[in-house]
Amino acid sequence: MKINDGEEHMERPLTKNIQPGKEPPDLARYERSGGYDAVRQALRNLAPEQVTGIVKESNLRGRGGAGFPTGAKWSYVPMGEKALRPKYLIANADEMEPGSFKDRFLLEGDPHQLIEGMILAAYAIQAAEGFIFLREEYKLAEKGLRAALAEAYRAGYLGKNILGSGFHLEIGLHVSAGRYMCGEETGLLNALEGKRAVPRYRPPFPQSSGLWGGGTIVNNTETLCNIPHIIRGGAEWFRALSRSADGGTKLYGASGKVKRPGLWELPMGTPIREILEEHAGGMREGTMFRALLPGGASTNFLIEEHLDVPMDYASVEKAGSRLGTGTMIVLDDGTCPVGMVHNLEKFFARESCGWCTPCREGLPWTEKILRALEEGRGREDHLARLERHTRLLGPGRTFCALAPGAMEPLQSALKYFREDFERHIREKRCPWRVTHGDDLR
Amino acid sequence: MLTQDEIRALDDGLGRYPKKRSGTVDALKIVQRRRGWISNEVLRDLAEYLGMTAEELEEVATFYPLIFRRKVGRHVIRICDSVSCWIAGSEDIVRRLSETLGLQLGETTADGRFTLLPSACLGACDRAPALMIDDDLITDWNPADADRILARYP
Repeated sequence: MKINDGEEHMERPLTKNIQPGKEPPDLARYERSGGYDAVRQALRNLAPEQVTGIVKESNLRGRGGAGFPTGAKWSYVPMGEKALRPKYLIANADEMEPGSFKDRFLLEGDPHQLIEGMILAAYAIQAAEGFIFLREEYKLAEKGLRAALAEAYRAGYLGKNILGSGFHLEIGLHVSAGRYMCGEETGLLNALEGKRAVPRYRPPFPQSSGLWGGGTIVNNTETLCNIPHIIRGGAEWFRALSRSADGGTKLYGASGKVKRPGLWELPMGTPIREILEEHAGGMREGTMFRALLPGGASTNFLIEEHLDVPMDYASVEKAGSRLGTGTMIVLDDGTCPVGMVHNLEKFFARESCGWCTPCREGLPWTEKILRALEEGRGREDHLARLERHTRLLGPGRTFCALAPGAMEPLQSALKYFREDFERHIREKRCPWRVTHGDDLR
Repeated sequence: MLTQDEIRALDDGLGRYPKKRSGTVDALKIVQRRRGWISNEVLRDLAEYLGMTAEELEEVATFYPLIFRRKVGRHVIRICDSVSCWIAGSEDIVRRLSETLGLQLGETTADGRFTLLPSACLGACDRAPALMIDDDLITDWNPADADRILARYP
């Protein structure tokens, strides 16, 4: 995979050390590229609140999907003598949003960058303990992180009295065992405590009462990887990297039938068309673009008229979807939109933790109806039923964001691909499947 | 009964947690690595070690697709069936491997060599379709490679 193609002058702080297919930089090489300078700088010259202040000013927003401003999130953690200790800083490296593969790239390619980001974030909230919550399948990342953690301990960047500053931090690696729900902030906390990863009621928010009751911040991997660069380069420099109001660069991705699926670190706010045409090389020969999910499985479809939308939080939202993880999944004319939505809902139904009724019952029903359409058993009333589900499983009806997220691609598919849904019912088959009775399992 | 080796590995592995029972997933994995799966008997012994009831541990064990509560083959094949791999033809991988091995998803070959399972997105969407055999990620799957790849797992 080629990551830094195109304009050489463009700054790519997140991926500058990454050489796909090669060993990640060891400590010495990471330090030569300016690594851990930000930790030195912060621990010597900045108060924890100043670190949070710089991150606030940088306009960094969470890269895990929800897009919450990172500095603001940190500022909700109780500080000072009276705050309950220990506090916790957790890197969410449980990347499982279908279509998303950006955190894998950062974890495999530059593990020290994540560790440095975690030290700075932990210092800002005065957390003495940290965990990297890694999904089981990322074996290469696990190997790299274990080596990097050991190096960071040996060099005194982790452990007691880091660089003589009086600040202590222990970071542990937790390797999970599958399940999308573990990536949900409060599900993740339950998982780390050794319980079923069902979501927790909020409030209290994890910032004030999270892991084992302590103040806790859970940040996405890409979010944390940005922190060293913000502290080193300053908030103003970071904001200037972006083509939008949100600071920084973004690791954008594209999968589906584009010529060159991959990842590219580009200024936040790069238009969809530029990513798809210049970087992904446009559609493969013989296929036509129909639509895309801009940021993973739980975002609304966008269509041709949206191709000039800049990929930043506000612009994508205005177009009716979400930036999400920023990794786009492209639907082409040779792929059935109903089949694609069926595939998405099958994933969500399987991953529902079963904690609340609308999600536990509603998602399997949704999946069954879509399967019926695909298998030629569609009925006239099915579309109204699906629409009803998008309301019953929507925001405010469920305990966490899993089911509302699952309804996003469905509701927009019903809007943009109405004719395709109706054709499945009318023709009593999926027009994209050559033979009847294809195995849909 | 848990072996001495397992108990040593558990003592080492769970030390970093404030409470032993926080390490349920680690504990299940430590034992599964040695035995291949978690039987009812092992579940009960492990629960006792962790200071919880078997039901409490079962609640955690059954939550995770990578904790096996049924016997699996020597090699576990997990085929990504999420959206990008589906677009790239993951249904063909399932069909091809089902035919070659004479299995449906969720089943194990009679000789105990392979178990075939579906997997949620493996985060290799740019190299779809993808699957994992044991700890190995296999990307850009080409049906012509099937026999050659399977031969690597005796």
